[in-house]
Amino acid sequence: MTLVLKEVTKRFQEHTAVDRLSLEIPEKEMFGFLGGNGAGKTTTFRMILGLLDSTEGEISWNGESIDYDKSHLIGYLPEERGLYPKLTVKEQLVYLGKLRGMKKHAILTELEYWLERFKVPEYMTKKVEELSKGNQQKIQFISAVIHKPELLILDEPFSGLDPVNVEMMKEAVIDLKDQGTSIVFSSHQMHHVEQLCENLCILQKGSPVVHGALKDIKRSFGKKNLIIHGDIDFSFLKDFQGVTSYQKGAQGCKLQIDNEQVFQDILSAIQGKGFIRKFDLEEPSLNDIFIAKVGASYE
Amino acid sequence: MNKFSTILSHTYITKVKTKSFIFSTLITLLIIAGLANFQSIIDMFAGEDSGEIAVVDESGVYTEALQQSLAAADENIELVPFDGTVDEAKAAIQDGEYGALVVLTESEAQIFDATYFANTITESGNQMIIEQHLQQLKIAIATQASGIDEAMIAEIYAPIAFEAVALDESAKTEEELNQARGIVYVMLFVLYMTVMMYGQMIATDVATEKSSRVMEILISSAPPITHMFAKIIGIALVGLTQIGLFIIVGYTLIRSKQEELVGGVFELFGVQDTSPMIFVYAIVFFILGYLLYATLAAMLGSLVSRIEDVGQLTTPMMMLIVIAFMIAIFGLGAPESTFVTVTSYIPFFTPMIMFLRVGMLDIPIWEIALSLGIMVGTIAILAYIGAKVYSGGVLMYGRSGSLKDFKKALVLGKKEK
Repeated sequence: MTLVLKEVTKRFQEHTAVDRLSLEIPEKEMFGFLGGNGAGKTTTFRMILGLLDSTEGEISWNGESIDYDKSHLIGYLPEERGLYPKLTVKEQLVYLGKLRGMKKHAILTELEYWLERFKVPEYMTKKVEELSKGNQQKIQFISAVIHKPELLILDEPFSGLDPVNVEMMKEAVIDLKDQGTSIVFSSHQMHHVEQLCENLCILQKGSPVVHGALKDIKRSFGKKNLIIHGDIDFSFLKDFQGVTSYQKGAQGCKLQIDNEQVFQDILSAIQGKGFIRKFDLEEPSLNDIFIAKVGASYE
Repeated sequence: MNKFSTILSHTYITKVKTKSFIFSTLITLLIIAGLANFQSIIDMFAGEDSGEIAVVDESGVYTEALQQSLAAADENIELVPFDGTVDEAKAAIQDGEYGALVVLTESEAQIFDATYFANTITESGNQMIIEQHLQQLKIAIATQASGIDEAMIAEIYAPIAFEAVALDESAKTEEELNQARGIVYVMLFVLYMTVMMYGQMIATDVATEKSSRVMEILISSAPPITHMFAKIIGIALVGLTQIGLFIIVGYTLIRSKQEELVGGVFELFGVQDTSPMIFVYAIVFFILGYLLYATLAAMLGSLVSRIEDVGQLTTPMMMLIVIAFMIAIFGLGAPESTFVTVTSYIPFFTPMIMFLRVGMLDIPIWEIALSLGIMVGTIAILAYIGAKVYSGGVLMYGRSGSLKDFKKALVLGKKEK
C-alpha cells in the first residue's frame, strides 16, 4: 500500500503550480507535506484525488492509477470546511458515506462510534450550521475517515480546535496510522508535524526544497540553536563569526549557529563577562528549518 | 451507477423536504382550488353588493321597459322607481339606501339621456349593463317611431356567417387550429415556468454546494459529470412531483365540478379530441427543452462561488427563455412566417417554436427530425462542455460572473491525457 508520485508536474498555462514532484508514502506512515501559502499543496492533493489531471508524471496507489473506482479507499479532509450547513450530521454523513460506497447501517454504526469518541454523541441530529467551528471540524474529520480509507489526506485537520480537542484528534490520527492507513498530513503548525511525522517534505513554488526523514533533515540542516540566559549585554554576538541569526529575548538571547565549533568559540568569548544562568544547545526546530528554507525566497 | 442513484435520491429527498418546496406547492394548490371554484366564489360575493338601483324617470315610461329588458337578459340588477326629486334620490344613495341611481331625462335629439350616480364609480359592471340595455331600448323606440318592423331590425343586427376554410387537404381546419393553439399555449406556459423555476433551482443548488465547499468532497467521491446529471435528473423529478400534484389535484377538482367546468376548461385548451401525436411531441419537446436548459443552468451554477452571484449568471439564460416565449406568442398568430420557421431551428427556441409549428401547421417529418437532431446534438455538446466547465468550475473560487471564468474553468477541467 504505497502512494507514489513520480515526477509530477502541473502547469496552468504559463504558471507552473507543481514542478517535478516525486514522493513515496508507505503504509502505516504519516507523511508531513508542508509548504508556504501557494506552494502547490492543494493542487497536489487535488491531483492525488483525481480532481485535476497532472500535466506530466504519474500518481499511483499500489502501482495502479487512482480513479473514481478507488474513491472508497481515499479519505479527504480539505482545508476549508465542506459540509451542507442545512443538513443534520446524520443526513450529511449518510450521504457522504454512501458516496464512498458504504451501506447505511454501517455508516450509522461508525458514526455513533466516532461521535462517542469525540464526546459529542448529541450532535447526531443537529444541523451543521448550529455547531461551533471546532465541532464542525470534528464532523468534517469523521466524514473523511468514516469509510476506513487506506489513504487519508488531512489538510490542516486541527484548525479551530482547542488544545483538548487537538489532543483527542491527534490520538485518533495516530490510531488510524497504526491500523495501517497511509496519511498525508499538511499543516502550518510545525510542532504538530514534528510530533506526528517521521518523513516530510517542504514544498516551495511547486518543488520540494527539503525532503526526507525528519531526523536526517535536522542533522543535515547543520545549524543549531543556542540559548543563553544571563545578565550581560549579548548584542556583540550579533556579528560573531558563525552566528546566522540573533534574537533578543527577555532573559537573554537565542542564536542560530553554523556548527558546534561556534558553540565553543562563544563559550570562551563570554567567559568572565558576567553571570550566565543558562547556556544550552538545541536541535533546530522544524519551524526554524521551514523559515530558513521557505523564508529565504521571500527576502 | 450506484453513486448516480445516491446523488439523485439525495437531491430529490432534500429538495422535496425543504420548506420552500412545501410552501410553494401548497400555495399553488390553493390557487388551483380557488380557480376551480372561481364561479362559486364570484357568485358568493356577487349576491351581496349588487344592491337596488333607484331610477328617477321623468317620462315614467322607460323604467318598466328597462326592467323587462334586464329581466329578459337574466341580469341580477333590481331597478326601483324612486318617487321624489333627483336631489332626494342622491341623498338616499349617500345614506346607503340604494346602490346607485339612474336619472332618465327626455331629450330632443336622443329620445332620452341617462345619468348614473353612485358613491363611487369604480365598479363599472352595473354601469355597463345598464348602458347597454338603455342603448337597446333607445334603438327599439327609435325604430318603432320610424315604422321599421322589428324582424327587420333583428336581421340588420344579426352577425354575418363567416367561416375560414383551408383548401389544402392536409391543412388543419379552423377547429383543429383552435385546439392546437390551446395545447401550444399550455406547453409554452409549462415549459416557460419549468425552465424559470427548476433551471434556477439547479443553478442555486450547485452554487450552494460549491459555496459551502462540500463540492470538493462530493467530486472527490464521484465524477463531476455523474454529479451534474444526477442533479439535473433529481431536480427534474422534483419538478415532476410538483407538476404531477398540480395535475392530479386540478383534475380531481375539475371532475368534481364537471357540469360547470368540464366543457369550458377543456374547450378552452382544446384538449377534447386532439390527435395523440401532438401529446407525444409535447412530451419529447418538453424533455429535450428541459435537458437543454438544465445542463446550461448546472454549468452556470458551477461558475459562481457565492449564491448571490447566481442571478447575475443565469440572467442570460432567463433572457433566452423569455425571448423564446415572446417569439412563440407572436408565432401563434403567424406560424408560417419565415421568422418563426428560422427560429424554430435554433436549439434554445426549438422546444417552444418548433412545437408551435408542429401543432399549428402541417410540417414534413424531416423538418421535425432535423430540429430534434439539432437539439440532441446541442444537448450533447452542452453536456460535454458543461461537464468540463463543471469539473473546473467547482474547483474555482473567487469573484465570478464573467466569460473569463468560463475559459478558466475549461482550462482547469481539461483532461491532460
